[in-house]
Amino acid sequence: MAVISTAPLRRRLRPGAGDQDKAGPVTYIVLGIAAVLSLFPLYWTFVAASNTGDRVAQSPPPLIPSTELWTNITTAWGQADMGQALLNSTIVAGCVSLSTVLFSTLAGFAFAKLQFKGRNALLTLVVATMTIPPQLSVIPLYRIITDLQWGNQLQSVILPSLVAAFGVFFMRQFLTEALPLELIEAARVDGAHSLRIIWHVVLPIARPAMAVLGMLVFVQSWNDFFWPFVVLTQQNPTVQVALSAIGGGSGHDINQAVIMTGALVGTLPLLLIFAILGKHIVGGITAGAVKS
Amino acid sequence: MATSIRAAAEDGSAPTTAPRGPADAGPERSAWRSRLYRLDLKASPYAYIAPFFLCFAAFGLFPLIWTGWLSLHRVDLLNPDVMDWRGVDNYTRLWDTDQFWTALRNTFTIGVISTVPQLLMALGLAHLLNYRMHGRGFLRVAILAPYATSIAAATLVFVQLFNPDYGMINWLLSMIGIDRTDWYADTWPSQIAVSTIVTWRWTGYNALIYLAAMQAVPKDLYEAASLDGATRWQQFTKVTIPSIRPTILFTIIVSTIGATQLFGEPMLFGGGVGVSGGSAHQFQTLSLYMYELGWPSRQLGRASAVAWTMLLILLLVGAVQMLIARRNRTKLGG
Repeated sequence: MAVISTAPLRRRLRPGAGDQDKAGPVTYIVLGIAAVLSLFPLYWTFVAASNTGDRVAQSPPPLIPSTELWTNITTAWGQADMGQALLNSTIVAGCVSLSTVLFSTLAGFAFAKLQFKGRNALLTLVVATMTIPPQLSVIPLYRIITDLQWGNQLQSVILPSLVAAFGVFFMRQFLTEALPLELIEAARVDGAHSLRIIWHVVLPIARPAMAVLGMLVFVQSWNDFFWPFVVLTQQNPTVQVALSAIGGGSGHDINQAVIMTGALVGTLPLLLIFAILGKHIVGGITAGAVKS
Repeated sequence: MATSIRAAAEDGSAPTTAPRGPADAGPERSAWRSRLYRLDLKASPYAYIAPFFLCFAAFGLFPLIWTGWLSLHRVDLLNPDVMDWRGVDNYTRLWDTDQFWTALRNTFTIGVISTVPQLLMALGLAHLLNYRMHGRGFLRVAILAPYATSIAAATLVFVQLFNPDYGMINWLLSMIGIDRTDWYADTWPSQIAVSTIVTWRWTGYNALIYLAAMQAVPKDLYEAASLDGATRWQQFTKVTIPSIRPTILFTIIVSTIGATQLFGEPMLFGGGVGVSGGSAHQFQTLSLYMYELGWPSRQLGRASAVAWTMLLILLLVGAVQMLIARRNRTKLGG
């Protein structure tokens, strides 16, 4: 079984293995090409969104931005309720990441540092649930949602995502290494009950891992397509559902520039977060990810 | 962080000093306290893991079993309370349907041509990103950037880039003398196009996972290897790869699961035709087929049978992967 290990504190003090090797020109060229391939589709989204539809549908396609961005944004807003969609996605991704981080930290702490019967079996069960495809649950979930008359409401997207096995596992690995048992024992000797220990000892230490997990879950939830597409309609969409309406039309009169504008509006919030916090996210992943 | 821990210790000790004094702590009271303490020790772990298991039972396990039960019935989406017992009919009917086999084959081929290059490239990129160099932080963020893009946005962009008439990819290919390729209508080109979207979004993410694992490989292993005269390539294949093998296995399993569930990319890539996955189902995946049966065709029982078939396939693939992993381990004597 692959194990996610988190040793950020230790690793920051000691340069990683292989770090001492200096990159040669080939490394720069290959990584440069990879960076261009990664970023070009994003750049071109912006180019297309700022051109006219006719211009985008020509060969060769435009390569530099133009002046039509605002017109296209207005048109995209008319085809789908992008404002509502952005608000809905923020609410959904916010609730899902808050709840996942909270419950993952609690469960991760229990699995990492507390003794109880059946601990190993239950942890194995958590890991095993990661392999179950969510599609398998869609049909009954859809019935539960309809029976509750929650169709087209945000809680039907939020509730099934309140916890994540990955999160429990991630926090468990982090706390196993980062939280010294002595701290908990010291607090116990002082008579602190376990909730107090969590609040004053565990949470401060877990904060960096909680931030990384929160970001990962937020991105995942923001980008989730299948289940929101099944339960929500265009009257109350998330960003991804709204995008499917802008792009999903048929016929030849589709304005390609407007489609790209929708894609731009839906991606920009996350790209901005990445541009600002990118280094911390990358640092968090590389400090606390998968090793043997 | 240090200050809050100190504060915690002070906070924690304050309320307990009084009852612990010998003068006013009666034996009854301390017995009550120690019972409470033992209860906290014993019960609280279960309280902390309970939310996960309750939510999983309600929204994961219970629907999973219900899906299995549904797959043995004939159920109409519009009238889901009427369930006609069909036994394994839904499954045997799948075996007689060409479209099911097409979808199964497509899921497999798209899965292979998206997962294999993706993980190989991620491995190579991670190795390069591990070197000391200028702009390393920027390069890492740039390579992770596609991960921030949603399936919907990424697919819409690639639909444009792959457009047979005015798309940039055909335009670039025409400059090196390759004729117009129809990235929608032909089987292999359309599957390659769908795989490209998956690969684009996930390569950087996997590269960072590998990079994290590589940074945890002990430095002395490399020093010993270079003392023995190992070249950089030999260090990569003989030290790095074996050391991060559990991580590689982990990413293979996760990517396999992702590939089995592929839905958004082929659906949005199909544009107007959507769930049918192309005019001849040339890029319809099992997930799309399940959705087509369950929603547009309203046959929930048959859709459930597809869902459970997916689970069985995953279990099978997982077992094979575990066997291979175990065999490799014994072969290497680790």
